[in-house]
Amino acid sequence: MTQYKHKSDTKMVPVPSMAIVPERDIDKAPVLEARHLGIEFGGLKAVDDFNLTIGKTEIAGLIGPNGAGKTTVFNLLTKVYQPTTGTVLLNGKDTAGMNTVQANKLGIARTFQNIRLFSNMTVEENVRIGLHNQVKYGMFSGILRLPAYWSQEKKQHEQALDLLSIFDMQHMADVKAGSLPYGAQRRLEIVRALATHPSLLLLDEPAAGMNPHETEELMENIIKIRDKFQIAVMLIEHDMNLVMGICEGICVLNYGRVIAKGTADEIQQNPVVIEAYLGKQKEG
Amino acid sequence: MRKCEVTGKMKMSKKLRSNLITYGIVIAAFLLCQLALSGSIEGFKMSRSLKGQLVPICVYIVMAVSLNLTVGISGELSLGHAGFMSVGAFSGIVMSSWLVSAFQMENETLRLILAMLTGGAFAGLAGVLIGIPVLRLRGDYLAIVTLAFGEIIRNVLNCLYFSLDGANLYIGFNNPNLPGKVIVNGPMGATGVSKIATFGMGFALILFTLFVVLNLINSRSGRAIMAIRDNRIAAESMGINVTKYKMMAFVTSAVLAGMAGALYGLNFSTVTASKFRFDTSILVLVFVVLGGIGNIRGSVIAATVLTILPEVLRAFSDYRMLVYAIVLIVVMLATNSPLLFNLMEKCRTAAARFTRGHAKAQGKEGDAA
Repeated sequence: MTQYKHKSDTKMVPVPSMAIVPERDIDKAPVLEARHLGIEFGGLKAVDDFNLTIGKTEIAGLIGPNGAGKTTVFNLLTKVYQPTTGTVLLNGKDTAGMNTVQANKLGIARTFQNIRLFSNMTVEENVRIGLHNQVKYGMFSGILRLPAYWSQEKKQHEQALDLLSIFDMQHMADVKAGSLPYGAQRRLEIVRALATHPSLLLLDEPAAGMNPHETEELMENIIKIRDKFQIAVMLIEHDMNLVMGICEGICVLNYGRVIAKGTADEIQQNPVVIEAYLGKQKEG
Repeated sequence: MRKCEVTGKMKMSKKLRSNLITYGIVIAAFLLCQLALSGSIEGFKMSRSLKGQLVPICVYIVMAVSLNLTVGISGELSLGHAGFMSVGAFSGIVMSSWLVSAFQMENETLRLILAMLTGGAFAGLAGVLIGIPVLRLRGDYLAIVTLAFGEIIRNVLNCLYFSLDGANLYIGFNNPNLPGKVIVNGPMGATGVSKIATFGMGFALILFTLFVVLNLINSRSGRAIMAIRDNRIAAESMGINVTKYKMMAFVTSAVLAGMAGALYGLNFSTVTASKFRFDTSILVLVFVVLGGIGNIRGSVIAATVLTILPEVLRAFSDYRMLVYAIVLIVVMLATNSPLLFNLMEKCRTAAARFTRGHAKAQGKEGDAA
């Protein structure tokens, strides 16, 4: 009897099964699964019931009007915020209760909308910070300059320059990061995030402040990064040329809710998306 | 690729050169002092009061460099550095006395080294205990709480009594009735301390501190510490354990301060806890700020100059501290003035031109030959 009563109390919710991933990723486990993700700030639902699946090598886009909650989603995925509802699975592992550091070690790396470089350090040192967990030697080997220090430092130096070469930035290795031009700072953030060997790279408005030529280059480079490292990329961007040009799956967010998901063509045709961006068409 | 290899080497050598200059300055100053102490050159002698300042100068250099690790490199304003110094001083004194009493150890150098290691260990322990609650705070709050901890340590030491009876060490809290020979007598402090601190050991401690701090900065751990200072959120999302590295900087700084404290304590026959007041923390902070936050060489120079300055200013008698304050203000204004920057820049380009010209001339000679 009690069991029956218990059953009636259970609220049934649909499992998000409408996930779309690129065909080439169909046999591989998805790199990220967000299930019913939501967060409230003092009663305000900033993100509500956010479901998303990203394939192993997918380039996904997250778009939406200003204040839709896109960066909040990134902060939820990277565990800067702890979700009030739902979970995030990274490479099949539940990230509940983890912090940002642990999420990064599981394979998620990000860039920031307002650039957060270590501006007093050089370009190479910034990348070396990204390589921090790839290089293993302790405080004492560092102070006493044991052989581990020399071999690991050399390895780190080579890896850093190798990563910088993606954006052809090796010659800037000794420049202070804070004195780089805006576009180069954005590129350096991407390199630094890549240095942590992620399986999912989150880019928060990577093309902001770039000219059309630089954006074109960035698009090529994002595809190049995906192909070279075989990782998934998810990006927030307002430049529709970039989003429609390279994103395979696009997710549209408005007022914290997903209003549409699909390919670039589907999104462009979707009346709900058009309404969110341009407003409702006048009747008649 | 070849080009960047070259730049990589150049950068390493630039850092290395900067470090070597720092070591060089310290070694040169030490040799100069030794020369003055030996009095082998006529007219080049050290005054008595300055002689008495030699060990304190070494202590303050170590204090300034270690505080710079917390304030400049780790970016946490700590106002309780004198607290770690006092822990080091008293544990060092007790250790030194115990070694004599228990093992009849007469070798002063060995005793001093062991006392300094003990001081460092206990200050490190205090650093861990204080760091756990304190490093959860940020900015002004951290400064206030470290200040409070500095005061707490001083007040606790005011209540501690140590006495020795052969190899037995008795500790009393607020209880002066201990058997044997009293070495630390609560608010009266440690009395009858054998003065075993030497200038040579102070010099060795400076070198050790520089070695630890400079090597730490230029390693994986040091970069992580600086990354947290520059941008905590970015550092976290790069997978850097913020607590671990903040703690590392804080405790390393405490250990070095403890070692300096032990040296300081063993330089005087009487040491009371009131010597390590809030003023001392601020004094060390003044060295760090004046030498440049995050600038290790600057700390060394500032600590030396500002410790000697009051001695030199004795001629001004009552107006001594007034002149001292004016010097501080002038230095702060001067180091921030664009005029000075321009002048330095001009000197630098002139020097570069000179060395280049020199190299060219040498090259030509080589060709001719």
